[in-house]
Amino acid sequence: MTRATRAYGAHPLHLLSLVASFALVGYAVSLLGVASLWNHHHWWQSIIVWFFGAVLLHDLFLFPSYALADRSLGAGWRAVSGRTPARPPAVSPVNYLRIPTLASGLLLLMFFPGIIRQGSDSYLRATGLTQTPYLQRWLLVTGVLFAVSALLYAARMVIAGRRRRHLDATADHVDTTIGDATTGGGSRHAP
Amino acid sequence: MMPPPDDNGPHSAAEHGDDRPVPTGGEGQSAVEDPTRVADEPHQFGFPRSVWRAVADRRPPGLPEPRVFRSPLRGPWLTSVFGSVLLLSLPIVFLTGLVDWIAYSPALHQSIPSHVGFLHLPYFTWPTRPAWLFQLSEGLHVGLALILVPVVLAKLWSVMPKLFVWPAARSGADLLERLSIIFLVGGVVFEMVTGILNIQYDYLFGFNFYTAHYFGAWVFMTGFAVHVGLKLPTMVRSLRSRPFVGELRTSRADTRPEPPDPDGLVSPDPAEPTISRRGALAVVGGGSLLVAVLTVGQSIGGVARQTALLIPRGRSYGNGPNDFQINRTAVAASIDPKATGSAWRLVLNGGSAPVQLSRVQLQAMDQHTVELPIACVEGWSSTQQWSGVRLADLARLSGVRSPSKAHVQSLESGGIFSEAWLQSNQVLDPDALLALRVNGVDLSSDHGFPARIVIPAAPGVHCTKWVRSIEFVA
Repeated sequence: MTRATRAYGAHPLHLLSLVASFALVGYAVSLLGVASLWNHHHWWQSIIVWFFGAVLLHDLFLFPSYALADRSLGAGWRAVSGRTPARPPAVSPVNYLRIPTLASGLLLLMFFPGIIRQGSDSYLRATGLTQTPYLQRWLLVTGVLFAVSALLYAARMVIAGRRRRHLDATADHVDTTIGDATTGGGSRHAP
Repeated sequence: MMPPPDDNGPHSAAEHGDDRPVPTGGEGQSAVEDPTRVADEPHQFGFPRSVWRAVADRRPPGLPEPRVFRSPLRGPWLTSVFGSVLLLSLPIVFLTGLVDWIAYSPALHQSIPSHVGFLHLPYFTWPTRPAWLFQLSEGLHVGLALILVPVVLAKLWSVMPKLFVWPAARSGADLLERLSIIFLVGGVVFEMVTGILNIQYDYLFGFNFYTAHYFGAWVFMTGFAVHVGLKLPTMVRSLRSRPFVGELRTSRADTRPEPPDPDGLVSPDPAEPTISRRGALAVVGGGSLLVAVLTVGQSIGGVARQTALLIPRGRSYGNGPNDFQINRTAVAASIDPKATGSAWRLVLNGGSAPVQLSRVQLQAMDQHTVELPIACVEGWSSTQQWSGVRLADLARLSGVRSPSKAHVQSLESGGIFSEAWLQSNQVLDPDALLALRVNGVDLSSDHGFPARIVIPAAPGVHCTKWVRSIEFVA
């Protein structure tokens, strides 16, 4: 490693390709026009605000929100299942809750303009229709997603329950959740 | 940074094993200071060392510690799986976008934005065959991008710890690379957000969509190219570190964290897995599948259209031959019903004298019936059976046998698509029509009565409705 490479922190090729990329982005922005980046009447409708704003919204709002929601779900399940005197269910419900929630949330994230009726004037001009059906449709899809998840969860519970009874009958005092791939979240396994 | 493929460093074999540093109560620094950061030369401080060291010592208060990222699934392998999917697919989205800019005929100054310098594909005349070309390219552009939203979100999730790594940079190289990541991440999120809003007619952003989306794509692609150049060796190495099929056979109970990596993706304090890696991949793939099922209908049409439940172009207007997607209603275009009645005349210009034709006269000419899609830049399309007069016949009638281009004007006043220039091949194609009827009946007012243009493979907005005049240029 030469002194120059050490001082810069990477191979000279790294520097060349990065400088080239900055020049290309500068060229693209100059074609767009630096003045077009900013809207003097409504600052929040500026290209530059949307470019950085969209990623900040993802990094500092969307990601922390869903991460926190997911962690709360896991922690909540552990807290509840730890307190009940009876044995916790053989199958953790965590994934059966989080997956339809994730799917429904994804659809809301992508298709919220129709669902919350945003841009209704331009929608009407373009299509001749109103956005009325979308909220109901999204609720319906959400309902179906959770119902399917509930059915799958019920099926897994029945199967796991049978297996558990079978194990209880054959082997005394064995932690029946060991090796059971269907148990989720909070159950703590012996290593 | 670009370490050679087998650069594991003298310490890594031993220290990357199961003997992972355990976070201690007070400091927790042992987890942060991965040994490879000292061993690997790229992680030394660059020049001037005292400055970079001082930056490293000033960790901003409130910055999340690496320990808060506890998912046992995060790691170079999982990130590389998402990365390889995007490596193969996002260039298709980029290229179809550039192709569609050409479809708008830049030679006739119709592509938006109009001034793009060198930032375009080599110019070529947009063909009229195959007739589904624009339907395919724009359907792919929008459809594929929508399907990739879950993968992009998953990729961002998988690299989240890197956003909060401190020091953010240890050298000039680190700093430049971080800045280029803004092009990559800012670019992909900006393109997806503006595109998704635009196809739903939600113009909340306020700026010109075409211009911002076009140059945004170049900013993104620049960041993408640099990122691929720098990370491809890491990606290949990471994918080889765990056989894919083996990972698909690993249940949740057998799921273990990846060994610590120099980039700090792997959690220093991983929680118990609540889902296997194959489960996580299935969730992301399932998300893409769900989006696909709920959107492809807008491009395929037919019965499948009904499955596009949450986007504008999955709906029916009732029954009848004119029941297909309307783009801009007659009311929105301020079409005066009196102007489209029996007083309407089509004016053909370009020859020695203007030619005026009533609708009855047009119907008395040779009628041709073609099955062609109207395909929109928003990704939807709709194939119908159109009947009318060939544009080539109208050109001959006006006295211009082989026009180099034609200018179509609508009764609609104002609006960038109230007129369109057509290329020579678009006028002379035997399937290019001035359509009077659709599916056996007269066009409805919303579909362009008394007459509209239909051209194979042309962008839908160039199939002008409520045609008033056509000028054929020799």
